[in-house]
Amino acid sequence: MTTIFDFDQIPETSWCPGCGNFSILKVLKEALDELKIDPKNLVISAGIGQAAKTSQYINSNCFNGLHGRALPVATGIKASNPDLIVVAEGGDGDMYGEGGNHFIHAIRRNIDIVNIVHNNMVYGLTLGQASPTSRKEFKTPLQLEGVSSEPFNPIAVAISLGASFVARAFSGDMKQMKEILKEAVKHKGYALVDIFHPCVSFNKINNFKWFKDNTYYLNENYDNTDKMEALKKAFETDKFPLGVIYTNGKNKTFEENLIAYKNDKRPLYKREVDLEKIEKLLN
Amino acid sequence: MKNDISIVLSGEAGQGIKTVELLIIRALKNSGYNVFSTTELMSRVRGGNNTTEIRVSNERIEAYVDKIDILIVLSKNAILRIENRLTKDTIIIGQDSFIEEKYKNSQYIIKYVALSSLAKEVGGLIYSNVITYGLLSGIFDINLNLIKESITRHFSTKGKEITDNNINAVIKGYEKGKELKLGIQVEKDEKIKNQVLLSGTESIGIGALAGGCNFITAYPMSPSTGVIQFLARHSEEFGVVVEQAEDEISAINMIQGAWYAGARAMTTTSGGGFALMEEGISNAAITEVPIVIHLAQRPGPSTGLPTRTEQGDLNLALYAGHGEFPRIIFAPGNFTDGIYLTQKAFNLADKFQVPVIILTDQFYIDSFQSIKSIDFTDFKVENFVTRTDKDYKRYKNTEDGISPRGIPMQGDGFVRFDSHEHDEGGFITEDPDIRIKMVDKRFKKLESYSKESIDAEIIGSKNYKTLIVGWGSTYGVIKEAIEKLNDNDLAFAYFKQVYPLPNNTKEILSKAKELIIIENNATSQFGQLIKRYTGMEFTNHILKYNGMPFSLEEIIEKLKGMQ
Ligand SMILES: Cc1ncc(C[n+]2csc(CCOP(=O)(O)OP(=O)(O)O)c2C)c(N)n1
Ligand code: SF4
Ligand SMILES: [Mg+2]
Repeated sequence: MTTIFDFDQIPETSWCPGCGNFSILKVLKEALDELKIDPKNLVISAGIGQAAKTSQYINSNCFNGLHGRALPVATGIKASNPDLIVVAEGGDGDMYGEGGNHFIHAIRRNIDIVNIVHNNMVYGLTLGQASPTSRKEFKTPLQLEGVSSEPFNPIAVAISLGASFVARAFSGDMKQMKEILKEAVKHKGYALVDIFHPCVSFNKINNFKWFKDNTYYLNENYDNTDKMEALKKAFETDKFPLGVIYTNGKNKTFEENLIAYKNDKRPLYKREVDLEKIEKLLN
Repeated sequence: MKNDISIVLSGEAGQGIKTVELLIIRALKNSGYNVFSTTELMSRVRGGNNTTEIRVSNERIEAYVDKIDILIVLSKNAILRIENRLTKDTIIIGQDSFIEEKYKNSQYIIKYVALSSLAKEVGGLIYSNVITYGLLSGIFDINLNLIKESITRHFSTKGKEITDNNINAVIKGYEKGKELKLGIQVEKDEKIKNQVLLSGTESIGIGALAGGCNFITAYPMSPSTGVIQFLARHSEEFGVVVEQAEDEISAINMIQGAWYAGARAMTTTSGGGFALMEEGISNAAITEVPIVIHLAQRPGPSTGLPTRTEQGDLNLALYAGHGEFPRIIFAPGNFTDGIYLTQKAFNLADKFQVPVIILTDQFYIDSFQSIKSIDFTDFKVENFVTRTDKDYKRYKNTEDGISPRGIPMQGDGFVRFDSHEHDEGGFITEDPDIRIKMVDKRFKKLESYSKESIDAEIIGSKNYKTLIVGWGSTYGVIKEAIEKLNDNDLAFAYFKQVYPLPNNTKEILSKAKELIIIENNATSQFGQLIKRYTGMEFTNHILKYNGMPFSLEEIIEKLKGMQ
């Protein structure tokens, strides 16, 4: 299926054949298209890594900045023009490692953005070192005897910091992934979508089969507005739940709380400067 | 008594000396006196010893002096640290219990004023500050109605009872001040009343607003934090997005997102925070997103002397960020320039799409001074954002290196910024020819800027034989020293743009037989920069790096010794 987010000429990607990033890209474009999002109103703020390259392959606005810094950039964009739909995208190393501090505080702020994290439990671009989400005992060219640190749990962290939308998808189920992404875009407030996907080149342990065997779908009756239940789900790791684990749209967003928009709802670029009023400050 | 009086208030942190300073300098200015004040603090919230110097003169003054004419002692142990600044003419004013025995039987003139008892008579020690304000007002014989009005204004939100008590307090102090009969008669100048009084911090904040700044984010770090707090106070009035970032890395990246989406954004920090921003600055360079950074210097390395002053971060600003790219660095030396240059920084960042850095320091930031009022209608907020068309290319190669910058939702094109080397459309490329074109394109912007470059200013004799070079906050002290020395062979070249070096640098330097550089650092960073670009060397260096600003006496003495 072609979407409005496709380029006329399909760009050559820098991904390995069989990589989960292809499905994520495809589904993201379709989800945005089905939501009738005008590409002119969308900005993808991306970091650096294989995952972050996604921004290169979507025909829209983008700010492909530094490794780890997609969230502050996205925050600046959204706060300056709340009319934009802003997606901050990157890998597990990008968002949870290098950008870990921003991850914490973006959640606390509750900026109305979608934070997509391609979680392959490894550093792909730098050829296979451990990432914050690598499982214990995962051996790499750098962690020769295997990872000894506890894996980072983005779902539990996000819920406990008050994230208003927390979901996990698997690139192997494009249908569910699309539904979740659509929900996330429609959600008002910060939305985390952590997407499991296999890195065929550098993660031979957490491969397609492993993800299939180690995940399950949340039950229809599961109440994803119950925070304590959601936290319990977040700590399930023998089999990881897939779906929207927690949602709560009650809190005001970051932009709504900004004093700059109290008396004037226009984005910053539409505003005039009143020099005479500024002169009065000098007295 | 003389026409140039220096008052020092000495007390503990947390006592509220700042309140006294703010009230009295305004009252003095409004009475027609030239005033300048500066504060030196210990890095602590309570206790210790902090001093504020207030100079009152018939002439324009912008420098710190060592001498103390009137010392107001506000706590115990408030004299020892500044003992060497006392002279036989110094008048020490304070209550008996605050003045140590060894000063009592000495050459100094001591006037006992029981501040605490007076305060208790009014209602408690809390009134000590206002009594001190009254005392100083009485000493300078300021119109009492003016003083009362200022108190009413200051406490307007606190209710009638508190205001009345403070009026009582100020009158008590005022009467004491007059009783002392110190006979101070500094000439007044009616014109001063029309001047405006502000701090270094405010000069940057007001300049930013006048430059159209509508977005600021920063992580608190002395002495830079006042700027974001100033804008926070005016956030609603001027529609400024203000956010405390989780760290400086966030701040530098957030302002790039803001500019990208059409805001005019800045961040404010000190050396340590700026160091954390380096990668972000480099990112702004390649993505060609405008940024404005205020860097208020304090002595390093590392935590260094957190509340003191130094000009030690010029090299940091100059070389910050990996890779090679252009930048512009300003260093205002007075508050008029602080407003003008900060205002201009936003226009230049927008126009040339390069990082613009404003270098100040603790001395600049924490000083107060009055300046001639500025006509803000002279300012122009120049907006260079263009509407995009369908085939918009973000990094179009142009004659002057400046690619028209679009923003999302303004036009029919997509706005694609990229931190990798990229082609004109913003797509990743490793093509060596495009790489060369892009590097050259970015540097062309600096060449284009040279047409707008700000020259160094010559102060003093036009036919100088000896030229003193200074930059940033040493402006006031060097200027005053030159005026006092009144030597036909001597001039001062004040650099407010430190990078790129102004177009007239070589010309003004080569006219001199002897070159002296004055810097508040240990290695003469600006001297080295000048040498690197012009090949010219300084015969004499006057450097200071103990954390304090240069004093007027110090500069005069050093310059005399060199002639
Ligand atoms: C400051 C900085 N440090 C390190 C790097 C090198 N680097 C690039 S991507 C990356 C990690 C990639 O892992 P992840 O974010 O999980 O993305 P993936 O490639 O796995 O999709 C690293 C360490 C960098 N670009 N910048
Ligand atoms: S290295 Fe791994 S994550 Fe990167 S493209 Fe190849 S398979 Fe995908
Ligand atoms: Mg990864």
